[in-house]
Amino acid sequence: MGRTKELFGITALFDNPDSIIKAAKTVVKEGYKKFDVNTPYPVHGMDKTLGLKNSKVGFFTLFFGLSGTAFILLFMYWTLSLDYPLIIGGKPHFALPAFIPITFEFTVLLAALSTFFGLVIAFFNLPFNNHPLHDTEYMKKVSVDMYGLVIEADDYIFDNNKVRNLFRELGAKSVEEIYYPEKHTYPVFDLKFILFLIIVAVLTSGTTYFTLNKFMDMVPFNWMAEQDKVNPQSKSDFYADKFGMREPVEGTIARGYMLYPYMGIAEPKEYLVNPVLPTKESIELGQRKFLTFCSPCHGNFADGNSRLRGQFPSPPSLHTQRAIDFPDGRIYHVITNGQNAMPSYALQITPEERWSIINYIRVLQRAKDATEADIEKIKEESSGNVQ
Amino acid sequence: MKDPEITDYPVIDYTKEMAVIEGGLSRSEIEQIVSKPLDTKPTRKYILTLSVAVAALLFGAICLALTFYYGVGLWGINQPVAWGFAITNFVFWIGIGHAGTLISAILFLLRQRWRTGIARFAEAMTIFAVMCAGIFPLIHLGRPWLAGYLIPYPNQHVLWVNFNSPLVWDVFAVSTYFTVSLIFWYAGLIPDFAMLRDRTASKAKKLIYSMLSIGWRHSSRQWQHYEKAYMILAGLATPLVLSVHTVVSFDFAVAILPGWHSTIFPPYFVAGAIFSGFAMVVTVLVFVRKVFDLENIITINHLDNMNKVILLTGSMVGYAYATEFFMAWYSGNPFEIFVFINRAFGPYAWAYWIMISCNVLFPQLFWFRKIRRSVPVMLVIAILVNVGMWFERYVIIITSLHRDYLPSSWGIFIPTIFDIGILTGSFGLFFTLIILFTKSLPVVSLSEVKAMSEGAQPSHHGGIE
Repeated sequence: MGRTKELFGITALFDNPDSIIKAAKTVVKEGYKKFDVNTPYPVHGMDKTLGLKNSKVGFFTLFFGLSGTAFILLFMYWTLSLDYPLIIGGKPHFALPAFIPITFEFTVLLAALSTFFGLVIAFFNLPFNNHPLHDTEYMKKVSVDMYGLVIEADDYIFDNNKVRNLFRELGAKSVEEIYYPEKHTYPVFDLKFILFLIIVAVLTSGTTYFTLNKFMDMVPFNWMAEQDKVNPQSKSDFYADKFGMREPVEGTIARGYMLYPYMGIAEPKEYLVNPVLPTKESIELGQRKFLTFCSPCHGNFADGNSRLRGQFPSPPSLHTQRAIDFPDGRIYHVITNGQNAMPSYALQITPEERWSIINYIRVLQRAKDATEADIEKIKEESSGNVQ
Repeated sequence: MKDPEITDYPVIDYTKEMAVIEGGLSRSEIEQIVSKPLDTKPTRKYILTLSVAVAALLFGAICLALTFYYGVGLWGINQPVAWGFAITNFVFWIGIGHAGTLISAILFLLRQRWRTGIARFAEAMTIFAVMCAGIFPLIHLGRPWLAGYLIPYPNQHVLWVNFNSPLVWDVFAVSTYFTVSLIFWYAGLIPDFAMLRDRTASKAKKLIYSMLSIGWRHSSRQWQHYEKAYMILAGLATPLVLSVHTVVSFDFAVAILPGWHSTIFPPYFVAGAIFSGFAMVVTVLVFVRKVFDLENIITINHLDNMNKVILLTGSMVGYAYATEFFMAWYSGNPFEIFVFINRAFGPYAWAYWIMISCNVLFPQLFWFRKIRRSVPVMLVIAILVNVGMWFERYVIIITSLHRDYLPSSWGIFIPTIFDIGILTGSFGLFFTLIILFTKSLPVVSLSEVKAMSEGAQPSHHGGIE
């Protein structure tokens, strides 16, 4: 590194700790302000000799440490008590004893970080790699085992000869002049620099794109998207026929799908008995299913008056005496087996729903052909309800 | 095998503080010795040792990669033992790390001058051990790439971590411990980096050391703040190191499992951590001082002192084992009593008795000064202590889990090759880092050792008449 003609200061090297203490003391007494002592390790008593005040770095620690305590306590209070209150293990939202470990750790973390960065940035003014003392013989000596003293040229009582004489009197082993290093300025619009920026930009954006869009979709990082289980309709190499989905064992009957014994028989000799009681739930279920499956042809009131009337073989009304006299099992047989133009509804409607539909049809029959006595009874019941 | 050093120092005056540096080395000689590994080309032996460590590391890396691909089903863990090797290794490595902070921070605050020779190395060990430890909880997650969920950050799930959980305390404790140890280590290294920067002839090395030393000038005005800050960092690291293993022990103690739910766990774990950590420091330093000719800086007195700490903490650990048994009996809780009887005489009795003999019996040999100062014997004992302390964590985790309240759910934990491979890999990582460290950074704090050397400080209280 080249040096300019501008003088930074004069250095002196001493070879034992006693003489550096003595030299520092004399320099202070002579009234120099801009000087420094460089030693390979801290020499005891030097700060007292130089009249340095107690270091204030501890205040950084205290301030940031306490800030850390306050911040993390408030943060835990806010997250667990205000932002998303959850009761965990029956503890209160603000469970102070459970917060102590994290409060302590965070306090120490912030205190240590602030001490270090406060020390380096505020107290040392580092990084400072172009200080005039760097890359000098002087620095190389004080790094190992010599003790150095430098008086800077901009001290207001600095005089080149006087300082040299002072050092000689103090018994310096060598005296050296240090000049400011040459300053290099680097143009911003340098081709190399711009190329460097472009490469950095491409690398950064490329890596980010890869990580977020490709990497997280790769096995095994893809959120378990690929698993060894067999999905519906998927191929499986395990079975000879390569079908992932299997047929049930022959003769298997699914729950709720008990086979109908009179399937395919037009006029069975006997019928099933309705196992579903005409409760409110059953009638409501029957109504829903009737309106879904039966009403398109039979009409909303089972009188055969639907919007398809005339475009389709019309079903008979279910309000005829014949239909009213049908046992429940007979209607069940028609729904399950089909009759004339009506197809089987066994696949669309479960047995319980079929019985519920029958319960609903009975309600319709009753409602359509209601007698005076029925109306009286309803009146009685409703007035009874009012009471 | 006879140790020549015993005859070299036949009489030890224990009434005086022992000399930190022996052989009357000058400060430039100290610098020569310490920076010699950095200046010389690696020898064949060095490369061979490194390749053994890297081979172990790679074996672990393969096992780990397969674990990432196929999942933790490759390990021996299952119900009822769902915490297997991963947590054992985590606690083991965290414990190893504690000796470093103890040496660098607690002994610093206690003004133990002998710490200077070993502090840098022990701190480096702390950092490497915490790195090894940090791997295990992450891989134990099963999907370690989602470990970011452990950190409380505003996310689209609008959820926060559970600050009441010891597992979240762990995240804070271990990451704080790693950060603070790293800062402490780096702060100690700055003057040494400056020293290396000033002595190196190579341009590339100079660039690296200049960046790392951030322009340190050995100025008294810098030293003054530096010493203060170093003291503060030591003061912060001291309670921190105690808290970290306390929090680790809370992982167990907060659970209501017989064998884990015990108030003795925090001090017991801290003592065990220091115990195992010192044993590891001794194990590694014995080789380092021999290989790098540091016998005058890391003296037999240093090893002697460390062996005393091993003896003390080993006895504390033994006392804790006895207390656990006493408390199990005294509690009158049949489940607690069952766990401890099962621990000593059940299917894992072999592990229990390995632990007892390695941790309680063998370190008692250090009552004899000759054994304390005999390098081969202390090496054997230190390795046994490391084995014993690994088994301690194994015993605590496996025996407490493998037989719970219902005999129908009892089980036996059998580690697979992947468990053992990842453990081997963690040792590989640790020793790879250690071996690289010895060749790339000064293993002894030069500025501290120089300040302790003969004639380094002014006479008559600062030379001020």
